[in-house]
Amino acid sequence: MKIMPCPLNGPRNISEFVCGGDVKEMPNPESCSDLEWANYVFIHKNPAGVVDEWWCHTPTAYWFVARRNTVTEEILETFTAQQYFGASQGEPA
Amino acid sequence: MPFTLIKNGLKNNASDIVDFPRQPDLKSSYDVIIVGAGGHGCAAAYYLARDWGIKNVCVIDKGYLGGGNTARNTAIIRSNYLTAEGVAFYKESMDLFKELDRELDINLMYSERGHLTLAHNDASIRTSRWRAEVNKQLGVDSELLYTDDVARVCPQLNVSQDVRYPILGALYHPPGAIARHDAVAWGYARDAIRMGAEVHQKTPVTDVIVEGGRVKGIQTDKGPVYADKVLQAVAGSSSLLAGMAGLELPIRTIPLQACVSQPYKPILDTIIVSGSLHIYVSQSSRGEFVMGGSTDPYPLYSTRSTLDFKEGLMSHMLELFPFLSEARIMRQWAGMADMSPDFSPIMGLTPIENYYIDAGWGTWGFKATPVSGKRMAECVATNKQPALLEPFRLSRFDNFTLTAEKGAASVGH
Ligand SMILES: Cc1cc2nc3c(=O)[nH]c(=O)nc-3n(C[C@H](O)[C@H](O)[C@H](O)COP(=O)(O)OP(=O)(O)OC[C@H]3O[C@@H](n4cnc5c(N)ncnc54)[C@H](O)[C@@H]3O)c2cc1C
Repeated sequence: MKIMPCPLNGPRNISEFVCGGDVKEMPNPESCSDLEWANYVFIHKNPAGVVDEWWCHTPTAYWFVARRNTVTEEILETFTAQQYFGASQGEPA
Repeated sequence: MPFTLIKNGLKNNASDIVDFPRQPDLKSSYDVIIVGAGGHGCAAAYYLARDWGIKNVCVIDKGYLGGGNTARNTAIIRSNYLTAEGVAFYKESMDLFKELDRELDINLMYSERGHLTLAHNDASIRTSRWRAEVNKQLGVDSELLYTDDVARVCPQLNVSQDVRYPILGALYHPPGAIARHDAVAWGYARDAIRMGAEVHQKTPVTDVIVEGGRVKGIQTDKGPVYADKVLQAVAGSSSLLAGMAGLELPIRTIPLQACVSQPYKPILDTIIVSGSLHIYVSQSSRGEFVMGGSTDPYPLYSTRSTLDFKEGLMSHMLELFPFLSEARIMRQWAGMADMSPDFSPIMGLTPIENYYIDAGWGTWGFKATPVSGKRMAECVATNKQPALLEPFRLSRFDNFTLTAEKGAASVGH
């Protein structure tokens, strides 16, 4: 069983988590075009390599960011949302 | 049934037939390059030559012929999908499949077994009825059965109501079949080569050459190869190759695992699928139980196997077939499935001129090998989106006209 180091709950079996998809910036739905919104909803980078994703520990409904390698299946680092985005802008720290 | 076998069996000194002659060196240019020598790529090369007289074609693969998902699937063929577009498309594929071993003169071991999609709750019964009605309208043999009739069709199933997920009914699709997946790729490749195409294995494509919005060729470890037209058919690597051409796709690459038991005497004729339990199983003509489940829980470019998968699969398998409790797993493997958001393929023209895509085959693309090859060949030859492929165009995601193919959604197969 793969172990996910959860920033809140510590190391847990990965079956307790769900993957919420790539961390990506949401365009402003008021001002963006339909195409920009469609791309935001459907397009995935789907890289063979390092990716930053949202993950949720389902029993505690806790969301955080995990950086993992999609080829070697290593989990490289996990972040609380605050660590990842920094306190201010919503930009990656 | 292929007659060559009988003919040569009766002859005293049948001459050797070389199925795959040594291929010439890679040329510097072709009319068409097809990236990916899986079933889909090889079928496209075959129909380009047969239907359109385009024979200066190179099929190129980083691995070996048919070594991708073509060699890894559980080989289920059916056409009882939910949407009219889906049913029409997969029905054409089944019609082609039925004639294919004669046409290619190769034993595909196409075996009609009957296919049961079990329903364990009211919602599944409702969807089964819906699918059966759509199927019948479109001339596909399909009906909803309740428990008694399910037991008649497949007496091996445990239909006791005293289990965790009792069987309430099933969608029954009598023409549901399995076939020998490798032979499909081999047959298409062999006949494409006979008609003039080349198949180059162990040749990774490392870049796609695009100039002024039009494709010019590809880059390989043996140097650049130019072509008027390029078709990509690389399943799990779809995003990577499209990325080389400058395209981003609505695809995620997620492993799908499967395994087989030791061989046993023939006991299970029907193909059994359960969406709620996430399993599908059939007994191969070698006697092995071929078993699969749903895709892995997260994206990965890997073909490793996991214990979690097998534990989950077996707990449900034993509820349906308690007599398998002593059966042993003999082999396990995985493939990389190119999953699309609406469980439908992405086929046809792309924003790059003369660059065509055949992707989004996820967990359901083996059964579509003939129709994809045939229609992608038409698309490449005419440079137009064939009517049958219209619902599957890449641009459907730009204007939110997805296909809602729940008929494939329940489990991976
Ligand atoms: C476990 C499992 C069970 C399945 N069960 C079923 C089923 O029961 N029924 C069904 O209909 N479908 C099933 N599928 C899906 C089906 O196997 C696939 O959709 C189908 O085989 C795809 O065929 P293909 O020719 O497009 O791809 P593949 O056979 O994967 O061929 C793609 C080829 O592209 C090559 N390639 C990739 N990148 C490059 C590059 N850069 N340069 C050169 N070559 C490259 C690869 O080496 C590979 O040979 C299953 C899949 C899996 C994994």
